Amino acid sequence: MGIAVRLNAVSKMFGSFAANSNISLSVEEGTIHALVGENGAGKSTLTKIIYGIHQPTSGEIAIQGKTVRFTSPREAIKAGIGMVHQHFMLVPELTVAENIILGHEKSRLFRSLPLKSAKALIRKDAEAYGLAVDPEALVASLSIGEQQRVEILKLLFRQASIMIFDEPTAVLAPSETDRLFATLRSLRNKGKTIILITHKLDEVLAVACTVSVMRKGEIVGTVPASSVTKAELARMMVGRSVLLRVTNPPPTPGETVLNINKLGFRTPKGEERLRDFTLKIRAGEIYGIAGVEGNGQSELLQALWGLAPEGTIISGDAKLNGITLIGKSPRKIAMMGVSLTPENRLRHAVILDYTVSENLIFGRHRERSFHRGIGFNQPALNRYAAEMISCFDIRCTLPAHQPIRTLSGGNQQKVVLARELNRPGISLLILAQPARGVDIGAIETIHKKIIEARRSGMAILLVSSELDEIIALSTRIGCLYKGSIRHEFSEEEVELKRKKENEFEKEIGLHIT
Amino acid sequence: MRPKSLRVLIPLISILSTLAVSTLIIFMAGRDPLMIFEKMFQATLGSSYGSGQVVFRVTTLVFTGLAVALPFQMRLLNIGAEGQLLVGAFASAMTGAMLPASLPAVAAISLCTLSAMAAGACWALLAGVLKVRFGVNEVIATIMLNFIAQGLTGYLLTYHFAIPSTVHTAPITPAAAIPSFGAVTGWLANSPANLSTFLAIGLALLFQIILFQSRFGYEMRAAGLQPEAARYGGINSGMHTLAAMGIGGAAAGLGAANIVLGYRHYFEAGMTGGIGFTAIAVSLLAGAHPLWIFLSALFFGFLEYGGLTVNALIPKDIFMVIEAITILLVIAFTALGKRFL
Repeated sequence: MGIAVRLNAVSKMFGSFAANSNISLSVEEGTIHALVGENGAGKSTLTKIIYGIHQPTSGEIAIQGKTVRFTSPREAIKAGIGMVHQHFMLVPELTVAENIILGHEKSRLFRSLPLKSAKALIRKDAEAYGLAVDPEALVASLSIGEQQRVEILKLLFRQASIMIFDEPTAVLAPSETDRLFATLRSLRNKGKTIILITHKLDEVLAVACTVSVMRKGEIVGTVPASSVTKAELARMMVGRSVLLRVTNPPPTPGETVLNINKLGFRTPKGEERLRDFTLKIRAGEIYGIAGVEGNGQSELLQALWGLAPEGTIISGDAKLNGITLIGKSPRKIAMMGVSLTPENRLRHAVILDYTVSENLIFGRHRERSFHRGIGFNQPALNRYAAEMISCFDIRCTLPAHQPIRTLSGGNQQKVVLARELNRPGISLLILAQPARGVDIGAIETIHKKIIEARRSGMAILLVSSELDEIIALSTRIGCLYKGSIRHEFSEEEVELKRKKENEFEKEIGLHIT
Repeated sequence: MRPKSLRVLIPLISILSTLAVSTLIIFMAGRDPLMIFEKMFQATLGSSYGSGQVVFRVTTLVFTGLAVALPFQMRLLNIGAEGQLLVGAFASAMTGAMLPASLPAVAAISLCTLSAMAAGACWALLAGVLKVRFGVNEVIATIMLNFIAQGLTGYLLTYHFAIPSTVHTAPITPAAAIPSFGAVTGWLANSPANLSTFLAIGLALLFQIILFQSRFGYEMRAAGLQPEAARYGGINSGMHTLAAMGIGGAAAGLGAANIVLGYRHYFEAGMTGGIGFTAIAVSLLAGAHPLWIFLSALFFGFLEYGGLTVNALIPKDIFMVIEAITILLVIAFTALGKRFL
């Protein structure tokens, strides 16, 4: 087997910042080569260099033995390289077939498109690699998994021999992930070379042949996937030993804090998003909601935080210590002792242009202890910020002057958690996707703080699409499917099954799809 | 480069480039640019009347510039300072004309000023309500309200309140006139500059404190930067939209008081002369920062009055062109700065 992609001492500078420094890498033809690393380790930059979006500052790239210097993705595509981006590059208003031939129409202007022959080709590819999609369907009507299949078919149509996948499983349900891996394996068997970018180590071990680990813009090691363990990979990524699973001592739950009874949520358009949604959370326990995104998680959070769009019909009730939350404003709900870390951190949890200190009080800026006159008590604010920064290990240099935009995702999330976990008088904590876009090293800190909060007696509602996070943290687990809890695992069951994580994940997977 | 130094650098580069461009334009119009600039300086800074005229214009521009700047901090474009200025001017002139002559000056001035502020605020609030309640874009709403203000005041003046065979209303009671600089201190004698200028300074400082030191400003700017995040943080952004528009409109009303109570003493057709539009330029050049608005207003006030003084040598329309070019350059350089620095 030859070498499909060879990088020789490739570096990429952005100003004085080295996104990639001195990277040498060989990707063998007909293999699945995984590229792992924390956010900001330089994975994306490296693939963008291979795909021609960025040009290396120095170093050499050879594709199939030939030295190349791409100035645009167009040239890379010509050389047989294809990429499936994390955010799909599809036109929703066009059909599958039209999307696939887009840019490669092979017909003259004002002539009709050769759709018939294209469809035949697409059907053949789809059959060969298990990528069932109807070429006539509108892309807008497809599920996320199907859209991804269209992206792969696009690469096949262009006869790409080297395929780059950027975090392909981030948006998929567990069953769809399995299906994608089957496709990847069959692509590999047909001689395609696959470069897989991911931060999920289980996936790497399941599907890859070779793994390269990146840290701070450099490759710290390339190893065969069969010879490493998850813990070793994590260690290479972070540069120190990491606890992949925080210790979760047995809980001692108290009184019921949150009582959701037959909650229903109907959007202004009449779509039913929650139906007969019922659960109880006691003080001192974490209730984990497992589920594929889009099964009602966002609507549940909106209902509980008073942000359901105008015209929504909410039935049933959600009571905090006997007082209803429905119909109250976020401000009132917060005053009742509820704290929330929103799903979408960048859009909802922080003001990106505000400083770290200003963000540490965002949403809590009405608390008297921060006030002086018509403004804020700067010394008190600085003291509080310094305390939070050391307590939550937030890495920043000038909290009072540095916009939070400049922090990494993990550190931004620590700011949000520090703020929400320390609200005075809090009895219910709602955590939505607390580890999304956060590095392994930071996840450890965040999970420890969540367990600590539980032990201090808060009732915690955890909504996450990461099953390992749900399993690691939860006291009880509810499986959300199409707007209702389809199955609930009791305290004893979770305690018992946590020991066999893989089997437990599969079992939960069955209840949420 | 740091964003902070950019904020100073970009307007500076824009102004310098404007000077270069205007030199070229004056040269092409067949005049000696140096001579024109010299005459402009002589006629403005060189005489106490000229300086007073500049101070008077700068004052109105600061008020109206603030009227644009405060909503702009919430990402709202208030194109309606002109309309707010017009209704403010009309309201204060009418109030001033109707007040009994026996009223003490403090009461008369306060009442007239308050009526100008109230009229300006209501006019701007109309656009705010349309935005919050019905989702009407504030740019369209304020532009339309400008037309309505012009039509309405024009109609009321022509058909009901104009003194026969003139285009202005009856003068305000003498007690309602804001004293001029000349009368109080002897400076800038016989010029329209009046004590409103101090109010403008105070207001700009107040706006600066409200925006960047107070909790109200913290909420307002957050609602402008990320409205959705503000909702999650329990901030009522609709209320802040109304507040920003209302306070802005009231500031424009103060600009009207400067013109009516401080100088003209009646309402006259076309008396605002598009100064509400120049205010947009003032605010943009200052990056919507209350304190920078002074320098920015000074630049435009100088161009406006300076252009008028050399009208005999070179058409003052050229200075309108120069003002517009400055703004286009600020916008272009800001975009460039974001991309390359």
